[in-house]
Amino acid sequence: MATTTLAPGAYVARPGLWYWLSTWLTTTDHKRIGFLYLFNSFFFFFLGGLLALGVRSELAVPGLQYFDNTTYNQLFTMHATAMLFLFIIPILAGLGNYAVPLMIGAADMAFPRINALSFWMLPVGGALMFGGYFFGGTAEAGWTNYVPITARAYSPQAGQDLWIVGLILIGMSSILGGINFMATIFKLRAPGMTLMRMPIFVWTMLVTSALAVFATPVLASVLVMLFIDRNYGAHFFDPSAGGSAVMWQNVFWFYSHPAVYIMILPAMGVISEVLPVFSRKPLFGYKAFVFATASIGALGFSVWAHHMFTTGAVFLPFFAFMTFLIAVPTGVKMFNWLATMWGGKLRFTTAMLFAVGFLAMFLVGGIDGAFAASPPVDFALQDTYWIVAHIHYVLFGGSVMGLFAGIYYWFPKWTGARLHEGLGKIHFAIMFIGSNLTFFPMHILGIQGMPRRVADYVEEPGWATINLIESIGAFILAASFLVFLWNVLATLRGPKTHEPDPWQGNTLEWATTSPPPPYNFDHLPPIRSERPVFDVRMGVVDDPWLANLIGAPSGTGRPSLTAGEHASAGATDAAASGPGPTGGESHR
Amino acid sequence: MTASTEVLAAGHGTASAEGGTQLGYVQGRLDTTLIGVLLFITSEIMFFAGLFAAYFTVRAGHGNPWPPEGFEPELPIALVLLGILLTSSLTMEYSLRRIRAGDRTGLVRGLTVTLVLGALFLIGQLYDYSILGFGVSSGIYGTVFYTLTGFHGAHVFGGVVAIAVMLARGAAGQFSARHHAAIEGVSWYWHFVDVVWIGLVTTLYVLPILEGSAHVGG
Repeated sequence: MATTTLAPGAYVARPGLWYWLSTWLTTTDHKRIGFLYLFNSFFFFFLGGLLALGVRSELAVPGLQYFDNTTYNQLFTMHATAMLFLFIIPILAGLGNYAVPLMIGAADMAFPRINALSFWMLPVGGALMFGGYFFGGTAEAGWTNYVPITARAYSPQAGQDLWIVGLILIGMSSILGGINFMATIFKLRAPGMTLMRMPIFVWTMLVTSALAVFATPVLASVLVMLFIDRNYGAHFFDPSAGGSAVMWQNVFWFYSHPAVYIMILPAMGVISEVLPVFSRKPLFGYKAFVFATASIGALGFSVWAHHMFTTGAVFLPFFAFMTFLIAVPTGVKMFNWLATMWGGKLRFTTAMLFAVGFLAMFLVGGIDGAFAASPPVDFALQDTYWIVAHIHYVLFGGSVMGLFAGIYYWFPKWTGARLHEGLGKIHFAIMFIGSNLTFFPMHILGIQGMPRRVADYVEEPGWATINLIESIGAFILAASFLVFLWNVLATLRGPKTHEPDPWQGNTLEWATTSPPPPYNFDHLPPIRSERPVFDVRMGVVDDPWLANLIGAPSGTGRPSLTAGEHASAGATDAAASGPGPTGGESHR
Repeated sequence: MTASTEVLAAGHGTASAEGGTQLGYVQGRLDTTLIGVLLFITSEIMFFAGLFAAYFTVRAGHGNPWPPEGFEPELPIALVLLGILLTSSLTMEYSLRRIRAGDRTGLVRGLTVTLVLGALFLIGQLYDYSILGFGVSSGIYGTVFYTLTGFHGAHVFGGVVAIAVMLARGAAGQFSARHHAAIEGVSWYWHFVDVVWIGLVTTLYVLPILEGSAHVGG
């Protein structure tokens, strides 16, 4: 690179631990901030995982063995808090942080310093929430924090206030991140990258960001109301003084239902990148997928009260109908993915295995969610282990499977070396077995009426056995991450191949070196479809520089396509993206 | 033959309106900073939507009179404050138009007046709080009244700080007819704060009079 100017936050190697540390603490480079998101999120994933093992240990046999009720309440509350707010939401934002500017051909995010600010609020928020352990106990009312359990009278500990303040910080991080992603995607797309040529992952990040910008401030408003109630003697949620306790649930779920789409949409986006690459086919129905994503985002704001059917304070037919309706675009996506694989030349790499694992487990989670969408069924299932099974199938089977598909897929781009495939497949197998062993039996317990969030349970026939199986499953699940950790450490210490395009990818992040230079691109190919790198590899679009980088035949040296092949390649793309690769609009 | 794009050669080092350096290409006409401000204001609207929703939930569950006995908000003070904020929106717009025309002195003059008006609003609100005969904990009306007006006041305070920064930067000559996106952004935010106060005066003071639920002498 002949340029002498450096990007803001570009890494200049100088000796010394302190200098090295200061480059990480002050970086505004989207790729390094992406790594910070990943480190921080995995740290809280580890904490949340330990708490989950605590929960499962307590439940392995009936009776109280290890923890008293209060400690148990703190365990499951902080488990869910860590996993939802400090792991899944941030780590998907972290994937996006690394991938989105690369995928749209930009040099960085639109607001690099705000990007750093969004990240640094997370460890502070997390520290506040977990800091409650040192000040008389953390929050213990479940991650939903229902009033009146969280009123001063029933949760007097400072940990509850710290939880509120921490979550406000995390919410601000989410809002600023969402604004940043939207501005980046609207303004910094490379020439030729029209909206309908953006990679699906970028589309899902766009909709996710819109949800964060619209929904998260509402959470902030209800959190400050609770804070004022607790600390300044106000009466928002106090029915005896004219307030309303159900109001907490309404406003909280107005955020938290869109938030479940914040947690799943980016994972769906990852799957939609991984499946086409490893099926050697374009994504089936690109436009349908985009519209399905947008409609999930829009409909997501009209279903919040399905969490509140049993309060008797919501209009059941409307919210049940809307909930069933939102299953339609989700079903559209399921068929997109299946049709993408159908007839494809499948390569079962680890990333592909996780993607297929996502399809299987998310389907189960979606179906048992549809059961709970029906009010008569929900009245029986409310607050049983059925709900716990549902959330873990969609969040673990969905989001976490999608997350690991993304990690195995992008790891060579991040570091220049692929994760070991053999270890990766062992990781997948153990994780798949462990998660199903842990979460599937919860359906049975739920139908039999075992309540969630209780440290002890009665010895109904079979309950002890099922709970023991689940606890064993939880430890198997935990063990799978040791394999993953070993894989990552071994790969980082091993030789780097620096392949720019190890998987024969489609999207722009494969059109640069691994890892990319500080500005991401020395050169951008012409963008004529939603698969610019594929176009160059197939010779549909001519770009000798990129063809040389990814080792594709180029220029006069390549066997030129016949007219018929050219037309069919064009037709495939036209079907997928609308404007075909030969739609000769200038990219300037 | 190749239609490829040399990113660094073409787009590198384009100075943005905000003094930073934007790399690569920029799509569309609207300044990136202003898109950020617009989205931020969107999120602020949703924040106040949550507070207003809480107010109307509480109001709907409460009989008449509303405001309840013993809670008498001062309509005249609210109207004076409204006048101050509306005027400050005009002076903000004046500042913006002056800098668009390249007139830095006019910008500084307009921002100074806006800053003084914003500070006057805050002082007026504190005075209002000091003479009201109820607090945040003395009943549900106090709760919603102080939370809604208080968070609006906090936003006015944020706006005043932003205007002070703009004033300092304007006095240092950092803005010109071409480079003043920050002034645009702050002016949008200031108008938004103004609109929220219009909404609050309407909701807290005018609506109870219109529905006839306010008791006489309020």
